[in-house]
Parts: sequence; structure tokens; C-alpha cells
Amino acid sequence: MNLPELEKKLLKAARSQPPADSVPYAFEQRVMARLRAEPRMDALAFWGRMLWRAAVPCLAMVVVMFVLSHLGGQPSDNLADDFEQTLFAGISQAIESW
Amino acid sequence: MERTDAELIREVLRGNPDSFAPLVQKYSPRIFATARRYARRESEVEDIVQEVWLRAYQRLDSWRGDAPFEHWLMRLAVRVCYDFLRGHQRNKEATFTELSQEEKDWLEKFAVDPEKADDHAAAARQLIQKVLEQLSPEARLIITLLEIEEKSVKEIARLTGWSAALVKVRAFRARAQMRKILARMTKEKYL
Repeated sequence: MNLPELEKKLLKAARSQPPADSVPYAFEQRVMARLRAEPRMDALAFWGRMLWRAAVPCLAMVVVMFVLSHLGGQPSDNLADDFEQTLFAGISQAIESW
Repeated sequence: MERTDAELIREVLRGNPDSFAPLVQKYSPRIFATARRYARRESEVEDIVQEVWLRAYQRLDSWRGDAPFEHWLMRLAVRVCYDFLRGHQRNKEATFTELSQEEKDWLEKFAVDPEKADDHAAAARQLIQKVLEQLSPEARLIITLLEIEEKSVKEIARLTGWSAALVKVRAFRARAQMRKILARMTKEKYL
């Protein structure tokens, strides 16, 4: 069987009768009733909701970090020195290897 | 005086949902015609159109006004139809024995003389519907837009959000998929 020709003929058949554009009775009223039941999404409310959702994993992260920092290493006497050392670790390493 | 789409949308955004009703009334026929290309049952068609309007209402502020509202809406409608196809993917393979008598007769007529098989016959339309239902969602969308609605690659890219190159690649694959389905359908009897 000539498949390319069959394909062409069937596509022509599909083109020959476009689907109806009729709208069911009272469809517009139904849509409007549904839209009124679901108010338009407010951008600020959306952000507010997302921030509240994000707060939970952030809080969990803080708790985990707190627990790890207290279980894992010994607390340092001088936090400022440690912080500076960590911050400039990359630069010190580069100077040393140069 | 009839208000323009932009005026109606501005009113909706200001908090007057009733101004959305004329838009629903004006564009629903076009969305129904689009949805009927992808869903057979009328209840599914209604669900698709309702979902289009719901999404349009929720995202109305993303319409910038630089292009007609109808273009924006149709892009949304095509995306909802695509989501519907992905959610209702059927992997049923139809063979020649599963075709109706009218469809078999039409194919036999075509096998004897392709010219004599009528393009406008209901059997041919049912047959192509069965073929389309077996395509993947991407392939069905591309074949419908490119071959049945005869839209250009550029238009399809705009409607789907795919690049023109991706549309071309998917069109090539869709045609191959369609030919494979036709070959399988007719294999038992004619090959």
C-alpha cells in the first residue's frame, strides 16, 4: 500500500471538516460562577504565601546547622579570628602557593 | 459603545470580575473549536475550555497588551490542550482487525485505487482520528497544527513556546511516527 499517499489522503480528510465552534448552553455563566468562587490571584498574596512556605525549610536548616555546629566541632574562643580565617582562606592559599 | 479587550481587561484587573464575561462570550467559540481537535468527549472539551478561562483569569496581569489578547489566549489554549494530551496519553495500538467495517471498506477501496477513496468520507475522518489518538502528545500537537490547521513553523513556535528548530525536529519525528502507525494498521492485510 502507498503509505505516503494514504497519509496525505487521511490528513486531507481531517482538514475537510473543521470541528464545530458551538458553545454549550449557559457555558459563560458557568465559567463566571466558577471564577467568582476562585478569586483572582493577588501577586502580593502569592509572595506572602510562598515566603511562609519557604520559612519552614529555612528554619529546619537553621536547626540542623545549629545542632551540627555544636556536635561536630569544638567551639572556638575567638569567633572573629575564625571568621576572618575562613573568609581569607582562598587568598592565603593562593599567596602560599605562589 | 462596545468596549475593547484592553479596556475590559483593565477593568478586571481593577477588581471588576464581571468585565471578564464579554471576553468569555467572544472567544469561547474559538477555544471550543481548538479543544475539540484534541478531545473527543464533550465533557472533556468543556473541562479544557473551562481550564483555559480559569488560567486566563488568574494570569491576566501577564498580558502585556503589545499583542492582541486573542493571540495570548490561544497560546494558553494550546498549552492547556497539550497538558490534557499528556495527562490522557493512551498507548493502545489499533490493528486492522480492530477497525470498523466502514473503515476497512475505505482502506480496501484505497488499496485498489487511491483516487476512488473519497477524502470527505466519514470513514476516512474516523481513521485519521484513530491514528492521531495513537500519536505521542508532542506528535499529535504538531501534526494537528502543521498538517491539519496548516499553520507555519513560526506560528507553531509562537503558540507552543518551542523554538522553530525544535518544531521542525518534532514535525519530522511526528510524521515518522504517523507512518509507523499506518504501516502497523495496514500490515495484516496489505503488506
